[in-house]
Amino acid sequence: MTRFLLLTPLVFFIALAAYFAIGLERDPTRIPSVLIDKPLPEFDLPALEGFENGFSSRDLSGRVALINIFGSWCASCIIEHPVLMKMAAEGDVLIAGIDWKDPPGAGSKWLADNGNPYDLIGADFAGKTAIDLGVTGAPETFVIDKNGRIRHKVTGPIDERLWREELKPLIRMLEEEDVN
Amino acid sequence: MAAEFGQFSLIFAFFAAMIQGVFPFVGTAGKDAALAAIGRSGAIALFALTALSFGCLIYAHATSDFSVLNVYQNSHTAKPFVYKISGVWGNHEGSMLLWALILAVYGLAAAIFDRGRNELLTAKALGVQGLLAAAFIAFILFTSNPFERLIPAPGDGADLNPLLQDPGLAIHPPFLYLGYVGFSITFSYAVAGLLQNRIDSEWASIVRPWALTAWVFLTIGIALGSWWAYYELGWGGFWAWDPVENASFMPWLAGVAFIHSVRVVEKRDALKVWTVLLAILTFSLSLIGAFLVRSGILTSVHAFAVDPERGVFILAILAATVGGSLLLFALRGGSLTTQSAFEPASREGAILVNNVLLVTACGTVFIGTFYPLFVDIASGERISVGPPFFNASFAPLMALLFILIGPGAALAWKKGSIKSALAQLRPAAIASLIIVLIAAWLTWPKPVAAALGVGLATWALGGTLLDVTKRIKLLSLSPAQAFSRFINLPRAYLGMAIAHVGLAIVAFGVIGTGVWRTEAVQLMTQGDAIAAGHYEARLIDVVRTTGPNYIAEEAQFEISRRGEAVRVMSTERRFYPVRGMQTTEAGIWTTLGGDLYLTLGEETAGAGWAVRAYYNPLTIWLWLGAGLLALGGAVAGSDLGRVKASRKALSSAPDAKGAPA
Repeated sequence: MTRFLLLTPLVFFIALAAYFAIGLERDPTRIPSVLIDKPLPEFDLPALEGFENGFSSRDLSGRVALINIFGSWCASCIIEHPVLMKMAAEGDVLIAGIDWKDPPGAGSKWLADNGNPYDLIGADFAGKTAIDLGVTGAPETFVIDKNGRIRHKVTGPIDERLWREELKPLIRMLEEEDVN
Repeated sequence: MAAEFGQFSLIFAFFAAMIQGVFPFVGTAGKDAALAAIGRSGAIALFALTALSFGCLIYAHATSDFSVLNVYQNSHTAKPFVYKISGVWGNHEGSMLLWALILAVYGLAAAIFDRGRNELLTAKALGVQGLLAAAFIAFILFTSNPFERLIPAPGDGADLNPLLQDPGLAIHPPFLYLGYVGFSITFSYAVAGLLQNRIDSEWASIVRPWALTAWVFLTIGIALGSWWAYYELGWGGFWAWDPVENASFMPWLAGVAFIHSVRVVEKRDALKVWTVLLAILTFSLSLIGAFLVRSGILTSVHAFAVDPERGVFILAILAATVGGSLLLFALRGGSLTTQSAFEPASREGAILVNNVLLVTACGTVFIGTFYPLFVDIASGERISVGPPFFNASFAPLMALLFILIGPGAALAWKKGSIKSALAQLRPAAIASLIIVLIAAWLTWPKPVAAALGVGLATWALGGTLLDVTKRIKLLSLSPAQAFSRFINLPRAYLGMAIAHVGLAIVAFGVIGTGVWRTEAVQLMTQGDAIAAGHYEARLIDVVRTTGPNYIAEEAQFEISRRGEAVRVMSTERRFYPVRGMQTTEAGIWTTLGGDLYLTLGEETAGAGWAVRAYYNPLTIWLWLGAGLLALGGAVAGSDLGRVKASRKALSSAPDAKGAPA
């Protein structure tokens, strides 16, 4: 009896450790179910200084796309930037950018300095579109399917591994889907 | 250069930790004292090398060497120098290095202070401590290297989170770690005691000062963190039951239980199995806290960057440490025999009840913290357990605890009388009844439960003071004689009394700030007034200012109390462009009765600024009470020297039974 009692803490701990181990596989930044599979909120963003066109949610219709939230003030965006440039060079997917909370001119200067990976780009100076999208910080990237629905969200910078192992296969899968 | 130097020091520190971790066991197994003593040299080398490594990281941060990735990510040339230093532990890698350094500091301290006590026990405890340090240093070297280079070096850094640029937060993590990691020594001694089959009053007398040291630091660390949250986060609260707060609170609760039960082992040679289990549990909860914060398994405002690889490594450390020690406990716990029995109505009995309540409270916090994780794993649903759960389950347990503080401390060891303990406490009962009535009348229609709560706090406070009064014979002796009796009270008793008074005062603060606060929100333009408690704040003006690395809007208010102008207060909202973050610098006016707390929100064009005003009664009592708790712990732990002296006397005169209390 005593022996059994003395073993209980260990048994409890083993169960707990097993839960922790499973818990590690979980992605805490997973998009909340309220936004996933929902249509992209409508927006029509003005052009950045020195650019001709802005970026509207209607520009994407029928195409798989990534929407990347960035800002010239954002440190992690510089870390992410070379990966985005590489992705743009590979040309597998349309990459759209939203320049978030940047003063006029700062975003275009940043792109001129570091290179421009975006096919479409718009300025969200007031941050309203970002609020509609539920953006919590920059950088953040949304994956949009052909029907204009949000299918996935990446919080924080995209790195090479994430691009190759997660985003690329997902985009390939979405390309196979039909428009309805 | 400094980065490479630091890195190599850390690699050597790993080997020093292995020496400290292996030789004591080899030496004690082969009955070779000289071999076992190498562990002590290992502890000294480990400390020197880890300190050197930490010094190198501080140097890299102080000189803004952006070719070190860690410095680039967490610093900026425009940052004030103090925060360049505190930035060293404001990030995952640096804080782990601090963690390793503190492990080494405690190992060194044990090697120095416990020399000449029980040689075998201390040698093995040092060995366990060395293995712990080796595991954490390996974790740093393999998954969290703070010395990684970034070539080419960027021109400037990515700044520290502006929320973290604050004196309260700069000093809060080191205290917290001194607490968390301090319990490693108690843990090491528990494992050593189990290996030696020696958990007795000598073991307890060695362990108790260490546990109190760790607990005092943890108390200060938690209080500082709570104080920071109060004035910096701008929501007027001091505790949110956030997972990371809970991570520090669980070992604190278990630690409270331990410092009570270890006293029973020391004085009466009883409750051994339970006390050893508590020692293991307390440090395990510290480790689980670290796992919680660093694995990204639960999301929180405090969490460091999410990295599953680190999570796996920490989980492995956790499994080896906690699983291993619990296995040892299961194998050896049965052979710990208790020498003495005690009546239910005795100090031992009261401490046992205290322990059951504290461990249950700790369990509720644990369930509340991890329940969302369990639900997510079982069903994939995301839920969060909010403060209502914690308040509803935690408050009744604390109420029971507060009922028992006074009578429990008044009971004698071994066999006490509940009747005489209660008779002694009659004035406290009357005082608390009066307080309940006054509080209920003053705060109506706020919940009456809160008034009962301050009644219980008064009961605990009164009970403690009455017991002290009785012991020093304040009413029958002259003040001078009573004072000399007070000075000569056993340190452990005096510390307990101070801590219990502190706890009662914290309870007043919790109830005042948590339940009796009043809050008002209003859009204001110049000349408008907002009311909070018996204060009124009139907005004079909002001006734009600039700081070293931020721009700010500063609002000036004229404060009046019951129509009478008393002072001018200001509050700020800052914007840090490098991180694109905003912070509030709340305007707080503290008095003993309560805090007036003002924050400035966004401007709505044409309608004015959103202003929040709180009146938080008794907030300062939280920090005063926490200070007394820490002081009490320090006083109780300071009889270290006396125990040593009495132990020497004991060994020279083997018949002498029992050290003075």
